[in-house]
Amino acid sequence: MTLLQTNNLSAFYGDFQALFGINVTVAQGETVAIIGANGAGKTTFLRSVAGALDTAPEMVVFDGEPIGHKTAHEIVRLGIAMVPEGRRLFPSLSVEENLLLGTHSERAGPWNLKRVYELFPRLHELRQLPAPSLSGGQQQMTAVGRALMSNPRLLLCDELSLGLAPVVIRDIYECLDAITGEGTTVVLVEQDINRALDASARFYCFQEGRLALSAPTKDFDRNALTAAYFGL
Amino acid sequence: MESVRVERATKASRVFALFAALVLAALIAMPWWGDAGDMRLVGEMAYYVALAQLWNLLAGYAGLVSVGQQAYVGLGGYALFYLTGVWNTNVYLAMILAAPFAGLMAIPVSFAVFRLRGAYFAVGTWVVSEVFALFASLIAVLGAGSGLSLTPAILREIATGRDARSTILYLMSLAISVLVFAVVYFLLRSRHGLALTAIRDSEPASASLGVNTFRTKFIIYLATAACTGLIGALIFLQKLRISPEAGFSINDWTVVVIFMVVIGGIGTLEGPFIGMLIYFVLRELLADYGAYYLILMGAIAIVVMLKAPFGIWGWVVQRYDLQLFPVGRRLALAPSEDASKK
Amino acid sequence: MNWINILIQGGLLGGFYALFAIGLSMSFGIMRLVNIAHGDLIVLAAYVALLVTEGTGIDPFLSLVIVVPVMFVLGYALQRGILNMTLSGGLLPPLLVTFGISIIIQNGLLQAFGAYDHRLQVGAIETASLHLGENLSVGVFPLLVFAIAVLGIASLQLLFYRTRLGRAFRAVSDDADTAELMGIDNRKLYAVALGVAMIFVALAGVLFGIRTIFAPLSGPIRLILAFEAVIIGGLGSMWGTLLGGVILGLAQAVGAAIDPNWQILAGHLAFLAILIVRPSGLFPRTRD
Repeated sequence: MTLLQTNNLSAFYGDFQALFGINVTVAQGETVAIIGANGAGKTTFLRSVAGALDTAPEMVVFDGEPIGHKTAHEIVRLGIAMVPEGRRLFPSLSVEENLLLGTHSERAGPWNLKRVYELFPRLHELRQLPAPSLSGGQQQMTAVGRALMSNPRLLLCDELSLGLAPVVIRDIYECLDAITGEGTTVVLVEQDINRALDASARFYCFQEGRLALSAPTKDFDRNALTAAYFGL
Repeated sequence: MESVRVERATKASRVFALFAALVLAALIAMPWWGDAGDMRLVGEMAYYVALAQLWNLLAGYAGLVSVGQQAYVGLGGYALFYLTGVWNTNVYLAMILAAPFAGLMAIPVSFAVFRLRGAYFAVGTWVVSEVFALFASLIAVLGAGSGLSLTPAILREIATGRDARSTILYLMSLAISVLVFAVVYFLLRSRHGLALTAIRDSEPASASLGVNTFRTKFIIYLATAACTGLIGALIFLQKLRISPEAGFSINDWTVVVIFMVVIGGIGTLEGPFIGMLIYFVLRELLADYGAYYLILMGAIAIVVMLKAPFGIWGWVVQRYDLQLFPVGRRLALAPSEDASKK
Repeated sequence: MNWINILIQGGLLGGFYALFAIGLSMSFGIMRLVNIAHGDLIVLAAYVALLVTEGTGIDPFLSLVIVVPVMFVLGYALQRGILNMTLSGGLLPPLLVTFGISIIIQNGLLQAFGAYDHRLQVGAIETASLHLGENLSVGVFPLLVFAIAVLGIASLQLLFYRTRLGRAFRAVSDDADTAELMGIDNRKLYAVALGVAMIFVALAGVLFGIRTIFAPLSGPIRLILAFEAVIIGGLGSMWGTLLGGVILGLAQAVGAAIDPNWQILAGHLAFLAILIVRPSGLFPRTRD
């Protein structure tokens, strides 16, 4: 069953066009990766889906309902949550307060503080500390936990691996397995191609705001991918 | 290879320059075809549009939204009254000296207010103005709370007859207004003007390109203060008396001016003229309604800010890309000599 | 000259100024909005109290029961209806729109009540004083107001740090974009924030209206005093704002002791001096 579908999605920052007619489909329970070089439009795509960027209503359809014109907070209530690029934790809030921020979606579901601490045990010890005092990896876990607390049906992850050491990245992606195991649909934006492809069933490759390639990840030839990535 | 030329004037601006010259000639001739009442009104319009151009330069171009320019109006006025009344300075000399006096006072003021940004800067300038007003009300030689009046002797220095005085004051108003406009216009056409536009568009970007943003803003602030002081001296010369409340009145010298610039179109040279005309029309129409006309002005300003933040002229520019006072630069492609060779 | 009494009086005056300043501080902290109409709203609250006390005969303290909700609703409506529209346009729209609102309130009050001075009467408590020893006497009413200011700030801190709403306020103040991505409706939150700020405006208006006369054009000076208290104390800190108010009150008391006409000016000069020497205030919270 298709959970998310974008139809000819185009997005603008003022006069500047960042996306040109993107068509992406994500089925329920799938993990889909979006890869591409810097400036390819990956974050713009996530922001358009999450409602941070306004688009025409039918350009983004979630569970059959057009949501392109809806505001970000309305979309969270429908069940889409974002782990923003660069974490974007609230610096004045403690770890636990950041997690609790996720509950403003007012959605019921399996995720609560207890379960998030089970997934990320380290966070439990750090929960009273102000968010900025955590390491990059711990902040990333907090950001993921915060998004989970809204009990999303669709989780959008923007550059989970950004600025993190390989060991830490590996830990985070292991947790991702636990999340998708619950049936949550995930769209993953990544610059680390190998990570992205290992974690996903299908991928889309963006290039300068356009869709360059889309295919299942299994057995995909990485050379062909390089060509699409760089627009050769 | 095409070569590129930088052009200043547009067709519309050339036509308009002719029109403006005709209007100016008619205004200069007014003492011969108009009466004292007309001259008083047009003189008032002239100094208000000058104040508006200066506020626009500060806020619309330099990004310094000051709600305290009335400080310099008062300072200029008090300088005139003090120099002529206490030091027996010639009235014309006193007026001229009011400008550098106000400019100099702006230096310590800027030390304080430039520490603040944005809306905090605005309120800070207001506090400074209140401080000047309070000092004026406490200093005996400045007349304390009741202020000072111009003696008949000082008035006779301008001219002996009432009509002659009327004419001279009117022509001075016109001259100062044209002078202030010329200063603003040529400033904006110059390198400094380009720097200002860059700062307005993006301060960090222009700083990274080597534009000394602090010095530019500082110079503009001082120049505006000096010009405002000169206008203040002119205004109170015409009013014949000054008091702290009148000299430093935020309603008379700032609220009205901001209204003119906002309605007319902030950040444009044409805007203050349009805003000034609209203000005077409204004032005439609503003269009988007391405080309601200020309420209406406030409401209009709010609606304009919400719906058309660039004012009437801003709307015109968006629709028609018109510029009557050419301060921009356009790149024109000139056909090269090689075009004939293929 | 009994300096101790003078200084105590000045310090307690800080309680009033803190009440003036809290609402301003809140709307800047949460919405990044400097509300030029803030002082006029304080005066408006005093006039609402006047109408209530003259209409029903109840005393000004009790009138707060009506004035506070009225001002809350007004703040909510103002933010939701007009001010929310100014927030994305940069510096000028909020400044000029609140300036326009200020003009409208001042002249509306002028039309409705005339250019006369008014005062809220409470009888004996206004002049009562506590005698704490030979030369020491403290006004009961100023002490009460100071206590209300302290209580008010403590309650606000509780709101910010112990409640869900407060958490949302702090999140939006940190990063409004991301807060929206977490499901917070910013527009509603800003409206509630201004409503809460108006509670303090109501308190300030009524209590100061008991202490001294007010008139339709008394708004600007109240805005300036609020502003000075916030800047002296440092942006972003509520307790800092209280201290800022106290320092302002002390400076004014010293000025007034030299010459009553110098009271307000002394406050302004202290403000400017602190601004030049320590521009970020005495207890700034490092925020953007």
